[in-house]
Amino acid sequence: METLGLLAEGFATATLGGDFIAQNLLLVIIGCTIGLFIGAMPGLGSVNGVAILLPVTFAVPPTGAIIFLAAIYYGAMYGGAISSIMLGIPGASTAVATTFDGRPLALAGQADRALITAATASFIGGTISVILFTAFAPPLADVALAFGTQEEFALMMLAFATFIGLGSDDIAKTLFSIFIGLALSTVGLDIVSGQPRLIFWDIHGFLHGINFLVLAIGIYGIGEMLWTVESSQKGITVSQATITLKRIWQGFATMATTMKATVMGSFLGYFVGILPAAGATPGSLMAYGVARGIAKDPHTFGKGNPEGVAAPEAANNAASTGSMLPMLTLGIPGSPTTAILLGGMVIWGLEPGPMLFVEQREFVWGLIASLYVANVFALLINVAFIPAFIAVLRLPFTLLAPIIFVLCLVGGFVPTQDMHDVWLMLIFGIIGYLMRKLDYPLAPAVLAIVLGPLAETSLRQSLLKSGGSPLTFFDRPISGVIMAIAIVLFLIPIIKAVMRKKETGGQTA
Amino acid sequence: MRVAELLMAIFLGLLAVAFMVKSAQLDIGWVDGEGPGPGAFPFWLAAGMLLCCIWIAVRWVLRSSLPAKSTEVFMEKAALHTILVVAVALTAMVGLVHWVGMYVSISLFLLFYLRVLGKHSWALTLSIAAVAPVATFVFFEGLLTKTLPKGITEPWFEPIYRLMYG
Repeated sequence: METLGLLAEGFATATLGGDFIAQNLLLVIIGCTIGLFIGAMPGLGSVNGVAILLPVTFAVPPTGAIIFLAAIYYGAMYGGAISSIMLGIPGASTAVATTFDGRPLALAGQADRALITAATASFIGGTISVILFTAFAPPLADVALAFGTQEEFALMMLAFATFIGLGSDDIAKTLFSIFIGLALSTVGLDIVSGQPRLIFWDIHGFLHGINFLVLAIGIYGIGEMLWTVESSQKGITVSQATITLKRIWQGFATMATTMKATVMGSFLGYFVGILPAAGATPGSLMAYGVARGIAKDPHTFGKGNPEGVAAPEAANNAASTGSMLPMLTLGIPGSPTTAILLGGMVIWGLEPGPMLFVEQREFVWGLIASLYVANVFALLINVAFIPAFIAVLRLPFTLLAPIIFVLCLVGGFVPTQDMHDVWLMLIFGIIGYLMRKLDYPLAPAVLAIVLGPLAETSLRQSLLKSGGSPLTFFDRPISGVIMAIAIVLFLIPIIKAVMRKKETGGQTA
Repeated sequence: MRVAELLMAIFLGLLAVAFMVKSAQLDIGWVDGEGPGPGAFPFWLAAGMLLCCIWIAVRWVLRSSLPAKSTEVFMEKAALHTILVVAVALTAMVGLVHWVGMYVSISLFLLFYLRVLGKHSWALTLSIAAVAPVATFVFFEGLLTKTLPKGITEPWFEPIYRLMYG
């Protein structure tokens, strides 16, 4: 019951805002619209939008800032479907699975049906997941309040372990990405001893450390745009869609046929979204697979079955909410986008973690309520302006790219007001782009640079308390269990490799 | 692709060594009353980076990872050309900030990109190149009160500041 009361207060925050009426509601609407555009643009997804636009949010108070960014996150999940269906190119990696059946529907002249199905499934996925979030977050935060430095460090190990155990990328390169992210976070003044660390060539700019935004904008702004510049050299064809009120109504009327897939996708997406390494992309792919598995007519999948659009779209919205659960309650981001939101919270002067639920009630519940509100607006804006978003797809990329580069330049300068960081950002962007071409995963590095300072402090404090014995992480029950799970996850690739060897060995014998 | 894979591993390995050398200048052992020394965490992380690079290089020799087996070219000629032009333009934009300031630099970059790379009309190019710096100024200096570097164009802004704060 207490939860409902807090949620009601949150709604007041989300819609009215602190200072002047409806400011936050306006931020939700603008955020959703920008998110929809970013999601619809091929190549750009929520993580790019949030990274590039975070510096812009310094204009509003923290609650407004996170509401705005969360709305972008949300809108992008809706928007991704638009280019998946109309172009056959996923608008964001999270909408890859939507192309499988969305594109065939569009080619069969049913683009409008696919778009409406995607929008309504996103809405249902979003709503179910926010309700789950509201129910789970407060009890989880309560448990986490008892956590000490050992548990904090164990949780971070668990977050990194999910990349090794559940990620599909090359293990050596994933590990490298985690290490370099953590190492970059140690540049600057050491918090414990106050000594300057890793000040290369005595450049003054390294003294204030490497802000996570420098890496995030470098990789997700500059690097991503270079990637898109390279891949957007070939032409594209936009499908036609006739949108009339009658056809929209027909789309809603057929919702019942996709309901089973939508609800399944919502639950699956939410729980997959909580895991740091998983998130919306694998969540939506898994939802697509399961939807095909439980369907009565699995052979129609891939040829334009609306259920194949509904399941992944519900899942990617649900996953985006799911990834906020560990971010708000434990201070561990569930996705690259929430890693950037978490870093943002630090810049706004908030300490992420369970204490938020005690000390920053207005912030937490305002954010949760804004997710409900953002869901409704994203649906309305999406359906009402489908023609406008389709027009966006026809915009030449050479118009958008330079404007985003300029935003990166200004955004890289503003947080620290130092040109040194702009140069670093450019270097990170170019090297990151080359690394990405060689299949180095970069999301772990962004997660690591955000978590780095806390990981180091909690490790050093734990070791100090125990007199240097690493066994301290296994003495306490909760941290012991978390560490054990992390170790199992780290070992999964080795177990897999051994089993594969046994299998092939057995065959030759 | 094969060559690029090895070059990247060597480059990142050297970076790791640089990190190790630099952090080894601090205390990387146990400091009484303080716990692990300030250099310990970065040192062992960099050691981890180096191990990963060696691992990648070993698999390159054994040809057991995908990029190490690949016979594809790392970058098509046309793509390499475009990326180089964009990268040089970006570097020039950042470099010019030191001299002519953020606003002029942004404008020049947009002029070049839209007209030369995008082949857009002069009308569109000029209007975007003119509006972007103004919008940036209004948002960042007006709304956020964050000053952006202006280089030699500093005096141009004095009348505007007098108007805003005078």
